[in-house]
Amino acid sequence: MSYIKIHQSKIADREAAKALCPFGAIAENAAGELEIGAGCRMCRLCLRKGGGAFEFVDDSAPGVDKSKWRGVAVVAEVGPDGALHPVGLELLGKARELAAKIGHPVQAVVIGAKTGDAVERLLAYGADEVYVYEDPAFEHFRIEPYANALEDFIEAAHPSSVLVGGTVNGRSLAPRVAARFRTGLTADCTVLDMSESTDLDQIRPAYGGNIMAHINTPRHRPQFATVRYKIFAAPPKGEPHGRVIRRSLAAERLLSKIEVLSRVQKSAEKGIEEAEALVVCGRGVKRPEDIAMLRELAGLLGGEVASTRAVVEAGWLDPKRQIGLSGRTVKPKLIVTCGVSGAIQFVAGMSGSETIVAINSDPKASIFKIAHVGLVGDLYAIVPELIARIKAKKETK
Amino acid sequence: MSCEEKEPMKILVCIKQVPGTTQVEIDETTGTLKRDGVAAKMNPFDLYALETAVRIKAAAGDGSEVTAMTMGPPQCESVVREAFMMGVDRGVILSDRAFGGADVLMTSFTLAQGARKTGPYDLVVCGKQTTDGDTAQVGAEMAEWLGIPHVANVKSIDDVGAKAVSVTVDLPDCTVAERIPYPCLLTVEKGIFEPRLPSYRLMKATADREIAWLGLKDLDDTDPKHYGLNGSPTQVKRIFPPDVHVEHVSIDGTDEEKAAKLADFLDGRKFLQ
Repeated sequence: MSYIKIHQSKIADREAAKALCPFGAIAENAAGELEIGAGCRMCRLCLRKGGGAFEFVDDSAPGVDKSKWRGVAVVAEVGPDGALHPVGLELLGKARELAAKIGHPVQAVVIGAKTGDAVERLLAYGADEVYVYEDPAFEHFRIEPYANALEDFIEAAHPSSVLVGGTVNGRSLAPRVAARFRTGLTADCTVLDMSESTDLDQIRPAYGGNIMAHINTPRHRPQFATVRYKIFAAPPKGEPHGRVIRRSLAAERLLSKIEVLSRVQKSAEKGIEEAEALVVCGRGVKRPEDIAMLRELAGLLGGEVASTRAVVEAGWLDPKRQIGLSGRTVKPKLIVTCGVSGAIQFVAGMSGSETIVAINSDPKASIFKIAHVGLVGDLYAIVPELIARIKAKKETK
Repeated sequence: MSCEEKEPMKILVCIKQVPGTTQVEIDETTGTLKRDGVAAKMNPFDLYALETAVRIKAAAGDGSEVTAMTMGPPQCESVVREAFMMGVDRGVILSDRAFGGADVLMTSFTLAQGARKTGPYDLVVCGKQTTDGDTAQVGAEMAEWLGIPHVANVKSIDDVGAKAVSVTVDLPDCTVAERIPYPCLLTVEKGIFEPRLPSYRLMKATADREIAWLGLKDLDDTDPKHYGLNGSPTQVKRIFPPDVHVEHVSIDGTDEEKAAKLADFLDGRKFLQ
């Protein structure tokens, strides 16, 4: 068991000791001694700042034999039509990098009704082994057969780490199977690295992106991590060298209690996640009709209009266009923010953009801290002029 | 909603108390979290789960009941009281020192233990995610511990039947209508229903309502190694402030000059192709 032990004699100032805990979990008990309460999140700040009064005691049983778990696996999601979700290739690239550090193979798992195209692409992008579960039962994502397939893969391949795309389905599948193996899952990682011990170093934002947490799964295998789309870059194509392992499940393991009644495709309009250029409407835009100007600029740049939360909440744009922690994560080649202050929740959803241009009248706006190109000024003066200049340049081409 | 024979339903909603704001910062000199004057509140996503549960109760048979359950330190009682003010019938609080420091696996395990002890339930409703942990994974893990199917990202409840619930799931490129028999777990999207405001009348009427407090010794599994930090496979190695610093250039001049320089920059970077 592991816990935080308090050495009462080393506590000089009780109030100061209590104040060490940001979660208010250090309190006095009936006997007048300090103790750690149920609010403890094990952030261990009390260990660092407590002058030796707090000690982390860890006498837990040793964990699994890590040498028996080999491989960095990627769960590659396919749609009912067999299309591979691009986050699968991004994770494959990261998996190659992580696996190379410890000499492990890279495994990909494909579960679907049509998998042929996805399998070929995963091989082309460097998977060493592709485990394939193909059956009509996998046409629609239903949790029981999908979880059973991933469980079967883990039992067959014994991967050390399992990376799952943070898609709607991935965020349902990964926790389900992680719980089945009584193992750790770190959601929405933004940085992944591999240590020599094969422990996956996982870094993720918490508290709406205001804090980053470095998380390990030191005693359990496999280690599950989910990563959202567009956090990592897709790898270059290589020479296919991997092998395909086809597996099937017993009929009862393909059953689901969930009945899919219908599936309705949404309009094919390009989502902001797919756009290569985005023009973002922020609070500096005064009237909804002014968005037309941004739309024109976006059109000239071959992109889409996106927005901050305030603009969506005002009802000016569809929530699908919202960037940020409560909206979408985007990683376009170019993003031009107009009248966006740059709240951390917004920045968390776009800081991976390749080129960030910010136009804002407030020189102190925090967006300028992350912008590669900053223009302090009135967007109502700059944007129309910019549109005119771009049009002129395009005409001479 | 359905016109088939109605039966009373037992519905569980999982809720959480979170910091009143996510604007926490790390003091880089002391390494501590700065959370000045931050009051705690109900996780905003849970309001949608509560509203969903109360609406399903209204659509289900007479005698249906909604229970709100939370895990946390004793002060989390306030979110259960708030749930009462929205029309929830019963409250359960899982609180024990042994539950502290729980990660996703241990949180979901403890909630599942609480559900087993106070249930069985026909339907468990969870919010999409919390605003502090942001993992959006506890619901699915809880369903696994309970051995029941789950459906995430539910954007509408289409029919409440005697044996099953029909819902629409929101995916990025499509919506999927699904029918799930009880018992099952749903995690609901923000905006599935407009959450009602807490009622003053219910506040008065429920002020003395008893809440079931469950500690480690009250659960089926009483091994402290199976809870909280001890049972958590993931460990937080350290926390640190996000790094948002990058090299940047600023474009100066009159508005016209700025626009011209930006157009040149965009052209030079081949954004005008």
